[in-house]
Amino acid sequence: MTEVTDFKELIISRFGEFVKSLNGSSPVLVNSIRNEALESFSRIKLPTTKDEEWRFTNISPLLRYNFNPVVEKHEITAKEIAHFQFKNSFKNQIVFVDGIYSDRLSLSNGLDKIIKIENLSVAFNANHELFQKHYNKYAGFQDNVFSALNTAYTKDGAFIYIPDNRYIEDPILVLFISTSSNNQPLIQPRNLFIAGTNSKATIIEHYVSLEDNVYFTNAVTEIVVGDNATINHIKIQEESRSSFHISRTEIDQERNSNYESASISFGAEISREDISSRFNGEGGECTLNGLYLTDGTQLHDTHTMIDHAKPYCNSHEHFKGILDGKSRGVFNGKVMVRPNAQKTNAFQENNNIILSNEALVNTKPQLEIFADDVKCSHGATIGQLDDESMFYLKSRGIGEETARTILIHAFASDVVKSIKVDSIKKYLEDILDNRFNKES
Amino acid sequence: MLEIKNLHVNVEGKEILKGINLTVNAGEVHAIMGPNGSGKSTLAQTLAGKQEYEVTKGEALFEGKNLLELSPEVRAREGVFLAFQYPIELPGVSNTNLLKTALNEIRKYRGLEAIDTMEFLSMIKSKMKLVELEQSLLSRAVNEGFSGGEKKRNEIFQMAVLEPKLAILDETDSGLDIDALRIVANGVNKLKTKDNATIVVTHYQRLLDYIIPDFVHVLYKGKIVMSGGKELALELEEKGYDWVKEDKVLL
Repeated sequence: MTEVTDFKELIISRFGEFVKSLNGSSPVLVNSIRNEALESFSRIKLPTTKDEEWRFTNISPLLRYNFNPVVEKHEITAKEIAHFQFKNSFKNQIVFVDGIYSDRLSLSNGLDKIIKIENLSVAFNANHELFQKHYNKYAGFQDNVFSALNTAYTKDGAFIYIPDNRYIEDPILVLFISTSSNNQPLIQPRNLFIAGTNSKATIIEHYVSLEDNVYFTNAVTEIVVGDNATINHIKIQEESRSSFHISRTEIDQERNSNYESASISFGAEISREDISSRFNGEGGECTLNGLYLTDGTQLHDTHTMIDHAKPYCNSHEHFKGILDGKSRGVFNGKVMVRPNAQKTNAFQENNNIILSNEALVNTKPQLEIFADDVKCSHGATIGQLDDESMFYLKSRGIGEETARTILIHAFASDVVKSIKVDSIKKYLEDILDNRFNKES
Repeated sequence: MLEIKNLHVNVEGKEILKGINLTVNAGEVHAIMGPNGSGKSTLAQTLAGKQEYEVTKGEALFEGKNLLELSPEVRAREGVFLAFQYPIELPGVSNTNLLKTALNEIRKYRGLEAIDTMEFLSMIKSKMKLVELEQSLLSRAVNEGFSGGEKKRNEIFQMAVLEPKLAILDETDSGLDIDALRIVANGVNKLKTKDNATIVVTHYQRLLDYIIPDFVHVLYKGKIVMSGGKELALELEEKGYDWVKEDKVLL
């Protein structure tokens, strides 16, 4: 941090250089959206704690850095990413290094040509019909400064298309890995996942870093779950502890579709996760599970929004937080049930365990119900590890640290168990062990 | 094995135990009876190491060691076991995980290797039969969704697995129907050896029809006011606790 300029001005000033770096590879359609987004980015004010949606999340530490939107390509070896590949259990992976697609590290095995797992820029250069139909249709940037920023500088990201009636059994890994070679990079993944009618797939989005570096990930993911399709989405945010992570996931759910997600957050100094699903047809099912672990001075903020725009849809949300040190947690769960959305079931729960005297959680359910024949519930708890349970375990000969680990595992277990990919479940259990079992 | 001398305990600033004296030797079964609020459960939980219970005076020696200075987990590793009056539900913790972790921590403390998984599984299966528990309970979360009787049987099952030297059964009989009571008592009797001891804390004489005590003590207002053989329990049953209360007034 030498010379600090205004966060926005600096980013805008490098737009020309960024466009040049694309070498004219970006099509007219994308470029016109880019210009519009840049205009929005310069117009919309950065959020402060005076904005209701950012009341408990102060992003000013992020604004102290000169993040660089023109990231240089840097190659790393397969060996360096081995740890993040869940013991190579997946045949299909798409890898981004500092936000830039790496062809060398990406794999697609055994898939026929109509299934697409490719870099987004390939899709937009091919001017794919699907791309045109869905890109930028769900994550609007008109009133979202970070989405505007992402859209102005969109280059790479995962484009996944599962055609109608296809069931992809092997999970698809989307790995974002940050290195130390770029100076305070602004990494802006842009993902588009489309599941055709009656299709099914599991997608794992994993954010990791090789070193404890300062960078800013600003990701936008748009997901279309077609009629009767199922997307199982696991997101693991394990960014560097000095980094910032803002991500927005927008889901469009068509008739009888099923979207299930587990959003796990361990990393970053400040992280903000927005997940919104909209039922665009009847009979949809949406399950959002989440687990956030924070300590030190970390802050994690989850904002969810489920838009019951159509009748006969069910949503289930369960987010759990484990907070230590002086860390902060925020959960804001909004459920909107529109006037015609009868027979809606919407359940939401947020439970938090605070392990220290100085950690803090702000949790807020927000139900807006305009239909009369619905079942909605919400609940929030904030507590400590239960003394009675601790005593019970100790009275069986189990020591303090182990007892704590057992109870923390138990607390996190329903979220971890909701993950149907075994290698990931194991990976998360190991993380929990390492974090809390100080004895072994 | 256990020697309690002039034990005084405060709970939330109020004196509940007011000078307990009790000696328990290996191979013995002691019953502690008394009306509600006499301090029976306080005594049981104090011996197990409940932190909120403040010992203001006296001592408790377990095999010569000052029990009250040890943490609850070390007491358990030394061989003290408390069957809880109200067993705790632990959602997300499987019975198998609890037992294996506990057993291995106890073994480690005693300088033994961790138990082999196959050996552990066959051992716990045989011990489950002792208290007639379904094997399906093993993979379930500890006490979660268990009936009252299953919870109490699970306590005795844990005791069977951990093989304590001194078992303290805190109102294990309360809330049990006669069949469950018989199963629990039968389990306790089968676990009895000449080297271990049992303290049965109970409000009713009923359990003592099945677990025959060598000694019966009556706890009243924080003190042991009467001690005797198993016939004392029958006398109490017949005359009721009012008898003790009246008698106490005469003293």
